[in-house]
Formats: sequence, C-alpha cells, structure tokens
Amino acid sequence: MKKIKSIIFTFILILNSNLALSAEKIDLLKVDWSFNGLFGTFDRGSLQRGYQVYTEVCASCHSMKHLSYRNLAQEGGPEFSLEEAKAIAASFIVVDGPDEYGEMFERPGKLSDKFVNPYLNDNEAKSANGGAYPPDMSVLVKARGGGANYLYSVLNGYEEPPANIELDDGVYYNKYMYGNKIKMANPLDDGIVEYNDGTEATIDQMSKDVVTFLTWAAEPHLETRHRIGFKVIVYLIILSILVYFSMKRIWSRIEPKV
Amino acid sequence: MSDHDYTPSSKFGKWFNDRLPLLTLGKHLTDYPTPKNLNYWWTFGGILTFCLITQIITGLVLAMHYIAHADLAFASVEHIMRDVNYGWLLRYVHANGASMFFLAVYIHIFRSLFYGSYKSPREIIWILGIIIYVLMMAAAFMGYVLPWGQMSFWGATVITNLFSAIPFVGESVVTWLWGGYSVDNPTLTRFFALHYLIPFLILGLVVLHIWALHVPGNNNPIGIDLQKPSKDTVPFHPYIVVKDLFALLLFMIVFAFFVFYSPNILGHADNYIEADPLVTPTHIVPEWYLLPFYAILRSVPDKLMGVIAMFAAIGVLAILPWLDTSKIRSAVFRPLYRQFYWILVLDVLILGYVGAMPAEGLYLLVARVATAYYFAHFLIILPLLGKKERTLPLPLSLTEPVLGGSVAMSAAKHKSEKNNL
Amino acid sequence: MSEKETKVNRRDFVVTASYAVGAVGVAGVVWPLVDQMNPDASVKALASTEVDISSVEPGKSITVLWRGKPVFIKRRTQEEIDKARSVDINELKHPEKDEDRAANPEWLVMLGICTHLGCVPLNDKGDYDGWFCPCHGSHYDTSGRIRKGPAPTNMEVPKYEFINSKTIKIG
Repeated sequence: MKKIKSIIFTFILILNSNLALSAEKIDLLKVDWSFNGLFGTFDRGSLQRGYQVYTEVCASCHSMKHLSYRNLAQEGGPEFSLEEAKAIAASFIVVDGPDEYGEMFERPGKLSDKFVNPYLNDNEAKSANGGAYPPDMSVLVKARGGGANYLYSVLNGYEEPPANIELDDGVYYNKYMYGNKIKMANPLDDGIVEYNDGTEATIDQMSKDVVTFLTWAAEPHLETRHRIGFKVIVYLIILSILVYFSMKRIWSRIEPKV
Repeated sequence: MSDHDYTPSSKFGKWFNDRLPLLTLGKHLTDYPTPKNLNYWWTFGGILTFCLITQIITGLVLAMHYIAHADLAFASVEHIMRDVNYGWLLRYVHANGASMFFLAVYIHIFRSLFYGSYKSPREIIWILGIIIYVLMMAAAFMGYVLPWGQMSFWGATVITNLFSAIPFVGESVVTWLWGGYSVDNPTLTRFFALHYLIPFLILGLVVLHIWALHVPGNNNPIGIDLQKPSKDTVPFHPYIVVKDLFALLLFMIVFAFFVFYSPNILGHADNYIEADPLVTPTHIVPEWYLLPFYAILRSVPDKLMGVIAMFAAIGVLAILPWLDTSKIRSAVFRPLYRQFYWILVLDVLILGYVGAMPAEGLYLLVARVATAYYFAHFLIILPLLGKKERTLPLPLSLTEPVLGGSVAMSAAKHKSEKNNL
Repeated sequence: MSEKETKVNRRDFVVTASYAVGAVGVAGVVWPLVDQMNPDASVKALASTEVDISSVEPGKSITVLWRGKPVFIKRRTQEEIDKARSVDINELKHPEKDEDRAANPEWLVMLGICTHLGCVPLNDKGDYDGWFCPCHGSHYDTSGRIRKGPAPTNMEVPKYEFINSKTIKIG
C-alpha cells in the first residue's frame, strides 16, 4: 500500500510539472517583476511610463474599455495626481449626448469617462487591421497563458523568420507568439517614446513598463490583495494555534484516548 | 436517543419549546453522541458546510452587481473586479470557493469509500450525498458560464450539446435548453436563474443528509456499530466542534492562499476573453474538478455511448451500497480492498490528468484503459471481493478492542491508528 | 486543588482567547459584505453635473438629473423673488431665509424631492404658487420652503456653483 501511495505522490508531482509545461510550451523570457511575491507592489514610475507607452504606441489600435481616467489617480495604480489625471482626461475628445436637440456632441474627457476607444466598433477595428481584431487590453495579462512574462516575451520576440516559414503580407514572425505568426508589426523601437522622467526608452525598458502598466490594468487591486492576504493568513495561523490548544485542553477531559 | 424528553430550564424556554421544539433540536445537536475515534478525514463534513454557506453568501452579494445579459455580463464582472467595494475579494472567494468545495467533497467521498460509510444502514445518506454532488456539478458548470468569457461560452456549447446525443429528440432538447439556435442571451439568463436556485436545493438536501446521518449516527474508522451514547462516544459539542473548527482553519489557510496569491491559477486564461461565437479557443477543457468525467466522455468513440458512459460513471456511485457485497465496512479490516481502493484513487487521478490533455494517441489509450478500470472496480471487483476476501477480525468496541484475542487484530489495530494519522 | 484550579484557568484562557480572536475575524469578514452595498467607485466619480441654463426664460424652470435625482433649476421673476423674501421667517415650519437658499436671487436650484417621502412635487401649483406634492399634499412656496402639509423640512439645496453666466455645476 505504501508503494501505491508513493506512486500516487510521484504521479501528482509529474502532473504538476507537466501542466506547467503544457501551459507555456516554449520557455518564455522571465522578468523579476516587482509585483510578484507575497508583498509584491507596482513600481509607480514604471506604471506612469507604461501608461505613456500605452497612449503613445498601443492606444492607436488597442482599446482599454474597462478602464476610466479616474483609475489613473487611484491608490495602488500609477497614482498620477488628481490634477494630472484631469489634464490627461481633458486631452481626449469624448463623444457625449444626445443634448436637448438630440444631437451628439464632442467635449473634453472627464475623470469619470472610460478610456476613449480608438475605433467606433469591433468591425471598424477589424477592417482597419487587415481582419485581425487588436484585442482589448484591459485584462490582456490575465487572458494570456504566461501572463506578464508572455506579453514581455512577445514584445521582445520579433525575429527574421526561419527559412522554412513563409509569411503572408502583414504577418510577422514572433518567437513567442502562439503559432509564431502575429499580425501586429513590431510596435517598439528604441527611442520611439520620449519619457517625461528622462528614463532611456530602450525596447526592453518600454516593454517592461508597458507590461507593468497592463498588469495593473488587469488587476488594479493587486496591492490591496497582497496586503490583506498577508494579514488574513497570519490571522488564520494565530487562530489555528489558539484553537489547537483549546482542542487539546478540551479533549484532555476524555480519559482513555483511543 | 433520549433527548426527546428534554425540558428547558427557563419558563420562557419551556413555553417556546412546547410550541416549536427548536431547543430540543439544539440539545440534540450539541449532545449528539459521536464516535471519539473519528480522524481528521471526518472533519470535511463541517468544512463542506462552510463551503456551501460561503458560496451562498458571496454569491448573493455578487448577484447584487452582476448583470445576466450577453452584452453586459463580461463588463459587469469587470465592474465588480474594479469598482465595487471589495468586489475583487468577493468574486475571487466565490470563484476559488467552487474549487475548494470540490476539493473537500472529493476528500469526503473518498473517505466514505475507504471506511465503507455508504453501507447499511447509511445507504440513504450516501445517495443524498451523490445527488448533492450532481447538483454541485450543475451549479459549478452554470456558474462558470456567467462571466461570459470564451470558456464560459464554449463550455456551455459543448456541455449542452451532450444532450443532442439523445436519440430522436436530442436536437429539440438542445434548442429548448438554449432558448434559441445557439448559446446566447436566453441561455445566459436561464443559467443565472438556475445557478441561483441550485445552492438552495443543495442546502435542503444537506439538511436531509445530516438528518439521515443522525438516525444511525456516524460511521467511524473501525467501522463497527457503537453503543450510543457510551464510553466510545463524545458529545458533538464541544469535542467535535472544536476539532472540526481546527481543521476548518487549516483548510481556510489553503483557501486564502489561493484567493490572495494565485486567484486565477485554477481558472483558465481564455475566460478573460469576452465570448466570441465565431472563434473557439484552441484547447478547451473544463474546470479541474470535472476532468475525470470529461476523460470518460472522450474515451468512448461513439457520441451517445460517450455521454451514457459519463453519466453512468456517476450513476454507478449511486448503486454502490448494493455493489459492495462485503459485510465489513472499514478498509482497515479488508487488506485486499485497501489495495484496490488505492488503485482506484490512482485511476481517477489518471483520468483527471488525461482529461486535461488532448484526446489523441497515447492519452486516448490511457483514458480508455482507465475508464474500463473505473467501471470494473465498481461492477466486477467490488461484488467479487466481498465474497472472496479474507477479512481481519473486528473488535467489539473501541474500549474493548479484541474479539477472541487474536494477534492479527492488534496488528490491524496498530495499522488503523497509523492510517488515522 | 490549587494545581487543578490553575489548570482550569489556563484552559479557560486559551478558549476565551480563541473566542475573542475569532470574533475579530468574524467582524473582519462582515465588513466587506456590508461595504459592497455602498456606492462604488464608478458611482462616486459621477458626483458632479454641468448644466447649460442659457435657454431658461424668466418664470420657467427646468429639471435635470443629478446622481439619479431630479434637480429643479428655476429662473424666478421679480414678483416671485419679492414674495419669497417678504415672508416672516418666524412663521415658517423650517425657518430659512430666501437669501440663504438662493444666493443669486434670480436662480433657485434645489433637489426636486419632497422631504416627506421622496415624491417629485409639481411646479407652479399649491397654495403658495411654488410647488405642490401630489402624493400627500405638501405645499412649498416660491423658495421651495414647506408651508403646509406633512413634509418636515424645506426642499434641499445642493452644493452648486456658477461656472459662468450660462453654466451651473451641481455637486
């Protein structure tokens, strides 16, 4: 029986490692993200720079329809000041209405507005991009198997295609993309963004920043979750210890232990 | 049970109790004589009650913010995750709570299988338990549809299509289930209504499950009938309560770890992509707790037979009390059954594993062998084993351990204690 | 004997401590369940509304929606202003000066909700030529003050400001 138990145990181990492998297949580039781990938090500077990369590079095709401009000022996020966030919102043109004459009208964005969508609807997005719908980026990090590492790898995975692979027009080779074919041209190039804080905008830096920003966008309460989680687990351990000793006391009333 | 002639001490208590004997019920529950040798595998009943109540409360609260509409469901879930106060916490507890619920129920079921708790006179408890388990799967499946992500949509499509295997009326049944010609808004709203209903059905069945339990009383690791109350039993409160509580807290630590540190690890990334009826995800799998059944479904090459096999895999559990012919309950005294028990555990784990893998090549072969073995265990091995197996002698009670003072007994006793750890 | 007592005491201590720590945990669990029903972040963000009032004629009023509630914006005539300002405030059920309710006397901005049980009063009705609530018969004057009927207080004036001569920002 011991043998069977140990077989089961090894089986579970194999199963775990296999599942992990099947989820990723190719080894992704690994980054030591500041938001990983029990106490992981976001790097504010990186979030703010990441937002800049998103607006200046990604936002021309990729929507982020679940985020609002007010989120940019909220705790645990990029934490722009309220004034900065208002200015960012006001720099976008929002279609509102109808007014009292039934007309739609344009006005500067407000904090309560959702991020402005680059396209009127999904069909326009598709037709403008050769039939490929640029996915909404609100929860992109959670919607891809490898998460942050996967997105970082894709941004750094553009290569000349191997000789045996033929690519159609408007299709690019990417080492880490599932199926290796991607319809998005390499979006990043050294210096494509001029960071407000003077950080050098290398491809590596920009992809780290934008992935950090996207991770926050997908999981805006990550810092709170980590903070509360640690307290909850410490609390549960303390209470378990207390209850354990209570149990020992209570059961000690029973004389013959079976 | 002698607690029926219980008289409350206070005057008001007596007045109330004469009209509605709630106090008698409370007295019965606290005094309920419980075998004192129950090990930690027996704490999962309490843990499951906790899981059910957690799911109902968090579900109720999520329903206050969720919108059951194909165009709005996904966004309303994001609204819960982003804007609702503690919404992310409530949703992660609810989503991971489903997995924890199944983890606990599998341990509970396999405990019952090991110690023969399904045998006479506890068949009704067992069958109620199986019905609860089936309802849990229905609730979990419909709940998974509600966020209206890609896995929600395609899971719903695949599972409802199972019913198209029914001869003659299959197509009409599926159209009826959908309320249309594909999974769409009508399907979502009815799934939401049913997802809200089922937990309360489960709650009612749990009351019956516990009621049926309190008639014969708990089984125990030795599997013999105990005198109740006697030296072999303890009152439920405080002895069992405190022990269940301790186990529950350990369980909650694991639960909390999932909720706070890997809330999405048990889910599938594709479900964070909004449902798209035009694109099927490349690798579609159910949640982990349904994988063994999924493997059985796919191991049969015929559509109708596959569906029948899958439902039979659960149905065979319902008639288990009559398939197991052994008079002895606990595997502690059944050396051969014990071996087969662990092989079954391994078999189910293998089924779960191949259920997550693509249905091709070696995986398919393994799935077929494992499926065949699963049914053989219940339909062939158990009936024969009860007749052929040489069991070990049973003790008379927990305090008077040995029947005829055999040496084999004390060896078995020793073993049982080891198992109890 | 004393040894037994200390044993009992210590047991009691650990059990009591478990109860106490457990109670803290229960409170911690209850709060998120309660707080989730409070206004969420997206609702709080909609706290202010801007209204264009350039097209409102004297003597007319418009009703706009602010935080899901109707807001009356009335451009009062001189006659209505005089009427509101000439009342002896000691006669009022809820004494408030019109000057305090309408800093710019031409414009009266208030929540169009009867303070009795929350119905929306009708404009230009009632014994005081102000508003009249059809649900239970409360009469308000041209300053939105309760004059007759079951309502306990005057209609509430929200926080607002004139951004320019044409636009009011409520909230």
